[in-house]
Amino acid sequence: MLEIKNLHVKLEEEDKIILKGVNLSIGAGQVHAIMGPNGSGKSTLSYVLAGREGYAVTEGSALLEGTELLEMEPEERAAVGLFLAFQYPVEIPGVGNMTFLRTAVNAQRKARGEDEMSAGDFLKVVRAKAKALQIDAEMMKRPVNVGFSGGEKKRNEILQMAMLEPKMCVLDETDSGLDVDAMKLVADGVNALRGAGRSFLVITHYQRLLDHIAPDVVHIMADGRIVKSGGPELALEVENNGYAGILAEVE
Amino acid sequence: MAAPQAKLDALAARIAGLSFPVAGWLGAARADALDRLAAMGLPGKRDEYWRYTDPAALTGAVPLAAALFDESDEAVAFSGIDRVKLVFVNGVFDTAQSDDPALAGVEIEHLADAGAADIHWAREVYGVLETRGQTPVQRPLATLATAFATGGLLIRATGKAAKPVSLIYLQGSDTSDVILHHCIKVESGAELTLLENGNAAARLTMVMEVEVAAGGRFHHIRAQGRAHQRHAATHVFARLGAKALFKSFTVTANGALTRNDAVIELVGDDAVAHVAGAAVGDGAFHHDDTVFVTHQGLRCESRQVFKKVLKNGATGVFQGKILVKKGAQKTDGYQISQALLLDDDSQFLAKPELEIYADDVKCSHGSTSGAIDDTALFYLRSRGVPEKAAQSLLVLAFLAEAMAEIDDADIAEDIRARLESWLARHEH
Ligand SMILES: Nc1ncnc2c1ncn2[C@@H]1O[C@H](COP(=O)(O)OP(=O)(O)OP(=O)(O)O)[C@@H](O)[C@H]1O
Ligand SMILES: [Mg+2]
Repeated sequence: MLEIKNLHVKLEEEDKIILKGVNLSIGAGQVHAIMGPNGSGKSTLSYVLAGREGYAVTEGSALLEGTELLEMEPEERAAVGLFLAFQYPVEIPGVGNMTFLRTAVNAQRKARGEDEMSAGDFLKVVRAKAKALQIDAEMMKRPVNVGFSGGEKKRNEILQMAMLEPKMCVLDETDSGLDVDAMKLVADGVNALRGAGRSFLVITHYQRLLDHIAPDVVHIMADGRIVKSGGPELALEVENNGYAGILAEVE
Repeated sequence: MAAPQAKLDALAARIAGLSFPVAGWLGAARADALDRLAAMGLPGKRDEYWRYTDPAALTGAVPLAAALFDESDEAVAFSGIDRVKLVFVNGVFDTAQSDDPALAGVEIEHLADAGAADIHWAREVYGVLETRGQTPVQRPLATLATAFATGGLLIRATGKAAKPVSLIYLQGSDTSDVILHHCIKVESGAELTLLENGNAAARLTMVMEVEVAAGGRFHHIRAQGRAHQRHAATHVFARLGAKALFKSFTVTANGALTRNDAVIELVGDDAVAHVAGAAVGDGAFHHDDTVFVTHQGLRCESRQVFKKVLKNGATGVFQGKILVKKGAQKTDGYQISQALLLDDDSQFLAKPELEIYADDVKCSHGSTSGAIDDTALFYLRSRGVPEKAAQSLLVLAFLAEAMAEIDDADIAEDIRARLESWLARHEH
């Protein structure tokens, strides 16, 4: 599904190099997790995949089902099936959450040459999905993420993901700031979307989320590289012993 | 204090070819205005409230030419709204193009017809509110319109109007120079919606005086002309009685120069006045909102909400004041002026002012200018919304607070669609 090869990234405005050769291959239907110390480059990887400005790719590639993502505009990446759940979802005063979602769904459909979703169908689908995530109608009417609690923002990200039905979902610390029940809701939301045609890259600091969303592979990122990969037991090791042991071992 | 010679010379040149009928109360009001004008002269660019906007094009002896504008690229403003259309061509009322005024369910007369009557309600309004609005800031162009208006309507609502009254100003030639003066009276408990749209002229100078009696309600929604080269100086003077409501919203897209003065006095207790504007300009666009709100009654509420979207060297100006007089306790005054600068060439000049002589009041004001929020733009794009569409969404979001000042949902939608199509045409 997603094939990242030797990805090197620096800041556009400065000489700071952040990603120093990331290699990652996620098969169709797989769930991979990335863990790693603060500042190791996890969010940068997710932003670069999504096409945020401010980063320069100096080397490497990222293919989604064989198509180079790094050459595309952010909206084109979304249309071919990439989705990023933001570590810090953005507040957009003046744009209603419902309008935002419908605009996004229809823009992607249009880009793929599909018919727009009718207002009635859209409403039906969004209501059902919002209900499953316990997002009430009031929240849907409010401007995007404005006045939402941390947990509400994260659930709203998952709602967007559920509506957009992407192929490759990157979740950047979607579990941070969630209480136990909300974490369960989010995990259920993710699990409901799991299937042969959809893959996940879950960035997290905690084993807890991975209890609910069982990953196929766990990667450890440090200083801009994937330094170790393994099974779910790797997350447990991090949880119990921190990164020191793992990092010393790979040195 | 005598006005500087230059201002008097400018006045002499400006009014050289103009005259007015002297008969009746209206003639007297015009003569009084001419006397006042002769003492003031025309505005000059060193005047305190003309520092950001050069009045030369508005005060010159002849107007700068403005090419007629083909508006067929979008539906004419308010075309979907059930209203009574009253059409002016080059400032002259056009009966053939207008609806029957009686359909509005309010009294509508022409200035020229009413001016001869012995007794008329408009005697207490025409030039009266304008005169009050000269203190403490002189507005000579308004006085010019009181003296030399060639057309205008006197509209009086004694109950709820059956339909909105829609004034349509068509520009008939590229050098037309039009002066209009309307008076409106909304009697106690009555309600009127007034719509205005169109270019009117290469140069438009106009005044609208609005008296809203106790418990009266007045809504004003204006879509200013889209001709790129037109120049306009408009003034709204409003006086509100107890529990009166006054709401005025203006959308401006294009126009070389627009100066919109709003002078509002909340005289009775518990009155509410909102004045708002959304202006979008690309290139040779200079847009100035100058607002003066005076609180005199108890527990009155005023809101000023002005938003401007500027690109390619467009200039926005906002000069807004809230004056709370001694004794106007429990005043609730709010003022916000914001510009969204779509590039580095555009500029926004703001002069927000508060002057408060009562101790138990709540007043706030804020003024900002900034660019599109890149983070929000990326967020929208990451969800698949194309860059231009995302930008338009954010621009409309920026304008939303001003748009929210339009009470009627259909009219609000008409204005929103207008802004959206302007944005689509002006994507870079
Ligand atoms: N736009 C930027 N400007 C300056 N520094 C940046 C920028 N983006 C990332 N960095 C720096 O790059 C490094 C990696 O940041 P990144 O946000 O990718 O880390 P992370 O692994 O997601 O950390 P965390 O676990 O705290 O979320 C950090 O040192 C960060 O300060
Ligand atoms: Mg991060």
